[in-house]
Amino acid sequence: MHSIYQAIEQLSLGPWGRDILFALAVLVVAAAVFMVALTIAGVLVWVERRVAGRVQSRIGPNRVGPIGILQWLADGLKLFMKEDLIPECADRPLYRLAPYLLMVGVFGAFAAVPFGQALIAADLNVGILYILAVTSLSAVGILMSGWASNNKWSLLGGIRSAAQIVSYEVPAALGVLSVVLLAGTLQMNGTEMAPGIIRSQGGWPWQWYIFHNPFALMAFFVYFTAAVAEGNRTPFDLPEAESELVAGFNTEYSGMRFAGFFLAEFANVYLMSAVATTLFFGGWQVPGLTPAEMQSSPWLQLLGLAVFVAKAGVGCFVVVWIRWTFPRLRVDQLMGLCYRYLIPIGFACLLGNAAYLLLVPAGSLADNVVHWATAAFGLLVLALFFWRVGYHLRRSGERLDLDLLARGRRGPFEPRWQHRAWGAHRRQAAKEA
Amino acid sequence: MTELVRIAENRQELVLNMGPHHPSTHGVLRFLVHTDGEVMSRAVPEVGYLHRGLEKMAESVNWAGYMPFTDRVNYLEAMFTNQVYAMAVERLLGVEVPERAEFLRVIACELNRLANHFITLGCITMDLGAFTPFVYLLRERETINDLIESLCGNRVTHNYMRIGGVAHDVDDDWLRHLEKFLDHFEPLIEEFRALIVGNEILVRRMAPVAVICAEDAVAWGLVGPNLRASGVDWDVRRDLPYSAYPQVEFSVPLGRDGQGDAQSIAGDCYQRFLVRVEEVRQSCRILRQCLQKLPAGDIKAKVPKLIKPPAAECYAAVEGARGEIGCYVVSDGGPKPYRVKWRTSSFSAMSIIEHISPGLMIADLVAVIATLDVIAPETDR
Repeated sequence: MHSIYQAIEQLSLGPWGRDILFALAVLVVAAAVFMVALTIAGVLVWVERRVAGRVQSRIGPNRVGPIGILQWLADGLKLFMKEDLIPECADRPLYRLAPYLLMVGVFGAFAAVPFGQALIAADLNVGILYILAVTSLSAVGILMSGWASNNKWSLLGGIRSAAQIVSYEVPAALGVLSVVLLAGTLQMNGTEMAPGIIRSQGGWPWQWYIFHNPFALMAFFVYFTAAVAEGNRTPFDLPEAESELVAGFNTEYSGMRFAGFFLAEFANVYLMSAVATTLFFGGWQVPGLTPAEMQSSPWLQLLGLAVFVAKAGVGCFVVVWIRWTFPRLRVDQLMGLCYRYLIPIGFACLLGNAAYLLLVPAGSLADNVVHWATAAFGLLVLALFFWRVGYHLRRSGERLDLDLLARGRRGPFEPRWQHRAWGAHRRQAAKEA
Repeated sequence: MTELVRIAENRQELVLNMGPHHPSTHGVLRFLVHTDGEVMSRAVPEVGYLHRGLEKMAESVNWAGYMPFTDRVNYLEAMFTNQVYAMAVERLLGVEVPERAEFLRVIACELNRLANHFITLGCITMDLGAFTPFVYLLRERETINDLIESLCGNRVTHNYMRIGGVAHDVDDDWLRHLEKFLDHFEPLIEEFRALIVGNEILVRRMAPVAVICAEDAVAWGLVGPNLRASGVDWDVRRDLPYSAYPQVEFSVPLGRDGQGDAQSIAGDCYQRFLVRVEEVRQSCRILRQCLQKLPAGDIKAKVPKLIKPPAAECYAAVEGARGEIGCYVVSDGGPKPYRVKWRTSSFSAMSIIEHISPGLMIADLVAVIATLDVIAPETDR
């Protein structure tokens, strides 16, 4: 966006022409960001259903497009064509407005997501603060939808959600603040002279902020837990707890407005993964290349985009995976987790990071040793995890079915078909006898 | 009901109408929940949404013809309701059931118990927010349904028992498949344990929640796993032996303080969950023994085509998946029952919810309904 502004500046169109052109450029960029975010959310819906299918040893959507990849378009089309029902006693203006507030809160934040070195709509000097602030708007949207639906389940869901988001913003902000302390800036990309959060990290894992020091590692987990809770995802999905609150705050919504809620939820999953990537995992930095080198070629820029999307994709996968593995917490346990554990740990991380910056001079041998040690620890844990997965894969023996694309091949134990065929065989034998 | 709503208004409470259609009421149960925020002051169960008049229907069909109706008393426990009705009528008639038929009944019932517990355990985890274990258990249940289908042709409403025996015999092929299923399934119990039983969130959701002490459990007439979770050692299979159960060995799992988790108390939701997990294992054990001991012989005693029991009345009870199922039959000597009365476990389990609900949270109510294993058709019949 900044480069577009500079280009318009140079066109010498006079003050009015420049402003109008700039306004048009803003609109185009905003529309592009919205479309990208919508597409990401849609594809994520498909990924989630697909991963859920494999986790639950079933196939998942596989009809629309190759391995079902266009399912979200079909679903979206269906929802857009459905009747938009408004309950008779609902507070109509608020009821209509609520989904848009939620969508603005989530999709607006995409303006400051650094997909690549040049691929950022607005590299604000308060970038991360802007994201934290704008996403808070979703709490208003959810509370509004819960209240305006005039349904007790919706109201309970809305209130749960408001309490949850307001509470979990504190640990999330503490996690973010640790990184802000390390980077010394709120900006996402920054420039060569004034590097932002991503530019002050590097491409290799030991240059990432997550492995900057042990406190930063802890800060990541605090941020991640709080972000999952803020996004109303399992195990913190109380506002839409299906088995308790029917569908929570969006019980009464149908058609397009429901699609709005739905897409906003998934866009939010990507958003939190993207923010985690930016803050802790080096963003679009490619190992072995400096930002200056990347700037020289559009292909390297695209490589940076691919790296960013891949990192954020891993984050999304973890969130989806958690959802299909864990049960849900109870309201009091949820609040207890936030106020009794996450907030104190978050403050400890913040103070720890501050003390680290104060005591260990940047770039010194001790600093580098800590980076290396933390990264080695993290990678060791990861290796242990993969070893454990391998152990279970080996142990499951012939029951294992790793048909990841799930094209319908059946595993070695095929109870249903066997017995069907065999039952038919018996009936045949009985007939002959 | 309007009275209840008014009381709540005076006390500045929110009245939530949970059901008849609600994702966690498993059918059409209804609760009027009085809450102050998330905390309930009481939850009043309301029955009658699934009343089909099954007891009255008995009076218009003949003795043998009522058997398919017994399937519908509880769609998850058709084998047990079949068997208890058959036992009651057999006692009236004084019929001896052949040994092989008794074993087949036990095999069918234990398969049914497994299928039912899969649904129950799956629903408990699903109501607490974990969907995946439910799907895994449904996958296993599918095999059981296939086995039962090739046993009697039906997957849910089995109609397998007959007065004096069972409808169909099994062959070696079927028994081999059952054995193969057990070989496949028994390691999966451990997998289920690893996946969900010790999950910290799940344990904290259930551990000291909604405790029913042994006295209350007896006073409110709880039966089966719910009763045993409270520490009362009572199992109809062992204490009022029937069918082939005296010839097989099994243990009766009980709820104990601190079992599975240090904070857990006998009679809380977690103990009810654990007792059912253990019962699955015991059912597998019974099935293995039945496979070994299954004698040759007839599968049905000689019973006249038109059954006319002498004018008398009789009660029979079996240990269903939810506990004691009782059937009380009265004969006036005619070809049709004079009266059939069912005693089912969900009704008493449902009634205790009002007693234990004050002070629980809405999320706990879901756990209570799921672990008490209340099922709508059984409460109403």
